Amino acid sequence: MNQLDFPILSLMMGLPMLAAIICLFVGAKAARWLALVTTLVLFALGVVLWASYDIGGPQWQYVERVELFGNFAWALGIDGISMMLIMLTVFLMPICIGASWESIQKRVGEYMAAFLFMEVLMIGVFAAQDIFLFYILFEAGLIPMYLIIGIWGGANRIYASYKFFLYTLLGSVVMLIAMLWMVQDAGTSDIPTLLNYDFAPEAQTWLWLAFFASFAVKMPMWPVHTWLPDAHVQAPTAGSVILAGVLLKMGGYGFLRFSIPMFPEASEQFIWLIFGLSMVAVIYTSLVALVQQDMKKLIAYSSVAHMAIVTVGLFAFNRQGIEGAIIVMLSHGLVSGALFLCVGVIYDRLHTREIDRYGGLAINMPKYAVLFLLFTMASIGLPGTSGFVGEFLSLIGLYKVNSWVTLVCTIGIILGAGYMLYLYRRVAFGELVHDDVKAMPDLSAREMALLAPTAAAVMWMGVYPESFMAPIRGDVGAIVARIDRAAPEGDAHLKMGEAKAATKGHEIETGHGESH
Amino acid sequence: MDYRLSLIFTLPEIILTVSSLILLLVAAFAGVKSARLVTILSVVALFGASAYALEFLTNPSFEFGGDAFYGLYRMDGFGSFAKLLIYFAAIVSLMVAPRFFKDSGAYRPEYPVLILFATIGMGMMVSAVDLMTLYIGLELNSLSAYVLASFIRNDVRSSEAGLKYFVLGALASGMLLFGMSLVYGFAGSTSFSVISDTLTGQLSIGPLIGVVLVLAGLAFKISAVPFHMWTPDVYEGAPTPVTAFFASAPKVAAIALTVRVIIDAFGGQTSTWQQIIVFVALASIVLGAVAAIGQHNIKRLLAYSSINNVGFLLIGLAAGTAQGISAMLFYLVIYLAMTLGSFICVMEMRDVDGKPLESLSSLAGLSQTRPGLAAAFAVFMFSLAGIPPLFGFWGKFLVFDAAVAAGMLPLAVIGIAASVIGAFYYIKVVKIIYFDDPANQIVQTGHKTENGLIALMALAVSPLGYLAIPLLAPVTATAAQALF
Repeated sequence: MNQLDFPILSLMMGLPMLAAIICLFVGAKAARWLALVTTLVLFALGVVLWASYDIGGPQWQYVERVELFGNFAWALGIDGISMMLIMLTVFLMPICIGASWESIQKRVGEYMAAFLFMEVLMIGVFAAQDIFLFYILFEAGLIPMYLIIGIWGGANRIYASYKFFLYTLLGSVVMLIAMLWMVQDAGTSDIPTLLNYDFAPEAQTWLWLAFFASFAVKMPMWPVHTWLPDAHVQAPTAGSVILAGVLLKMGGYGFLRFSIPMFPEASEQFIWLIFGLSMVAVIYTSLVALVQQDMKKLIAYSSVAHMAIVTVGLFAFNRQGIEGAIIVMLSHGLVSGALFLCVGVIYDRLHTREIDRYGGLAINMPKYAVLFLLFTMASIGLPGTSGFVGEFLSLIGLYKVNSWVTLVCTIGIILGAGYMLYLYRRVAFGELVHDDVKAMPDLSAREMALLAPTAAAVMWMGVYPESFMAPIRGDVGAIVARIDRAAPEGDAHLKMGEAKAATKGHEIETGHGESH
Repeated sequence: MDYRLSLIFTLPEIILTVSSLILLLVAAFAGVKSARLVTILSVVALFGASAYALEFLTNPSFEFGGDAFYGLYRMDGFGSFAKLLIYFAAIVSLMVAPRFFKDSGAYRPEYPVLILFATIGMGMMVSAVDLMTLYIGLELNSLSAYVLASFIRNDVRSSEAGLKYFVLGALASGMLLFGMSLVYGFAGSTSFSVISDTLTGQLSIGPLIGVVLVLAGLAFKISAVPFHMWTPDVYEGAPTPVTAFFASAPKVAAIALTVRVIIDAFGGQTSTWQQIIVFVALASIVLGAVAAIGQHNIKRLLAYSSINNVGFLLIGLAAGTAQGISAMLFYLVIYLAMTLGSFICVMEMRDVDGKPLESLSSLAGLSQTRPGLAAAFAVFMFSLAGIPPLFGFWGKFLVFDAAVAAGMLPLAVIGIAASVIGAFYYIKVVKIIYFDDPANQIVQTGHKTENGLIALMALAVSPLGYLAIPLLAPVTATAAQALF
């Protein structure tokens, strides 16, 4: 069956499902511990998964297939890209549970159950190898998230939960029709087979648009991003972490898994749309972020800007762009999650997210200030942090295709530095003017335990990205080979150098190839 | 024609007819105190009829069905499948009724007898291959239904519901009869197969009006837009177990009847009925969704929800293929579980004095006072909205799959986009149950039968339902194939 000889992916979905059901029937304390232990076990299983993943082995590993449902199958299996996203999920989940340890006091059992159910669905989305199974798990995430925002959210939670639910649902339903058509056309719902099936170019256009509607909302891309700031601001801290950390990645994953390799011609045809919307997003949402008074809203807008870097990277049609986009997704998952945690830390103390109410935290909360600074820098993309690796690679890939778009996106990154540093200055620097702020204690051991591993991961990804890029290299290669026939011509019109330089470049290419 | 065979084919109806007549006598002579006994015996009779329907459906020697009484009645997989659903819904309506009426002090043995009469009528409807059988079955069902709607005689709303249903139902029957007479006049026969052979090519204005009127009459019975207006009033006014019955069994029967009339009798006139069905389907989806938003009464809301669901069901019919019909049958199974489940939940909404509550606001914060009931309610709502992983999604999935396979992409896209409007009011109910502060109006009842049924239905529409697909899909496919 696979290198571990047991269905590890089903186990990783079954375990939290079971724990979620138990959580509904036990008391608050037991539910907390059960959720924490379950998510930690899942993290351990994730580590096993990564450790035994055969880099350079078959494209799809840990494959499971049971013809359980007639029209579609319980088919699971992962490639390197899925594995990294599953790792991100299982890494963030214990942190989410930890972040809710004290701040959630009402209906704890149901809360933990909702989070564990989310984890089932997120792992399932990244592991699904059947297009209908993917759709079911992808859509199912609406229910627990709706409840998380609506029950444990802030003052305006009802509006935010409605908006989240209906926006994402409207985006996704047309995708189902497209999937039905695809499966009837190709005669199978198996994703690996569909990945190599050539749809007629004129059909691709419609299919691409249907998928785009769904993933653009999920991503979110400008102008359908407006649900995100509302959802983030109203959601409890852990909800924001999981929303920014993993749920947004489903959009990017969808583009990477479906839109690009299944409809390469249409992807090329709509490149202007992606680039256009992404350019607007990078500049516009960065400017919007600059004037926010609410910390969570600011980070939410910065997410939209970062996701725009992901889309331009993905649609660069080359290795650097796609690898960069994946690293941005992973990095953003960690960094924005950590930033929301940082906001949560001070929100728990003062119960406001208004930036002006803080100031001078570096004086009385030094540990907090250091970690917050690290994540701020990672969000900006400072070399040595994860943000740099991803953004740099994406932009290199993009530069090969269109230097003007690159220019605009780079300006967006400068703006990103602007709003993040501005935020940091107002929160951490300056004098301690408010008495209640002065009384705030520094990070507790629990909060430290949440932020420190994330910081370590961010640094690791920044200093030695090879650990994260090795598993995805082969799969990105497969995608690039698949879409190569539709790859757009770059606008740089590079001139060939002398023969010697060309050979050297070629060697580097082959060097890459062998290390797969 | 062999009378023995005819009698065998109609055994489910014969069992029900004989037992309902005997039970009527029991009811007449033994009076109110026999109510419980009559109910139990009715359930037994329905189980007996179900056993024969199941036998007809599964036994390979009945695979090709057969005509009874000189082509007036047809026993086939399609009819037997529909009958099983109808009997199931009737059994559930009988099981929950005594407690409901006991609390309002109006339970009488006539109730189960009337349900049996209606069920016989519905059995005739789904097996009819002749306009005469069709009409007799329909009227037997309708007349029992009018009485059932006004079963609590001293309740103004119940009486009003019965009267309203009767007047509008009579109007619809009139339209249906007029349409049937035109069709008969031009086709020269009341038999579906002869009609199908005669009405070919471009229809002249006479039979065209006939077809349209027949469809209008049927649209009334399945409460499809624009003939839906009786539904919210009747559902609201009728006693809740009766509403549960109306929303389930007669709906299945009327939809199965519509399918048979359209495929068997008007099979050669696809272009004529297809545009009507497409319009009716989309109009029902949209109106069912939009009109439900403003409702404050849970029964009215569920009435609009059933209009909405009929729209989705008709998408399968619009496809006009065996796949589409099979999708409809599967949808009907899921629909039954969702509808009966939600109405039993409504029955469980009682205040301290045991008085039934119906307003949406009384549901506020139910998740904190009765978490089990609240969870079941939420499951039904999400399932009715068609949100995966709940099983309600699968019904929509199948009808849209059929529509896409038949090349009706615009219908599928508009239909599924309109389903998002519907999602709004379903999640509004979930919001009231889960997000709002408790109104503390609904108390624990400890009704074992009701709670057991709710749990059963909730499990059926939970993700566990997907495991039933390999079991049910071949059956619905065979049943649908019987029509083609």
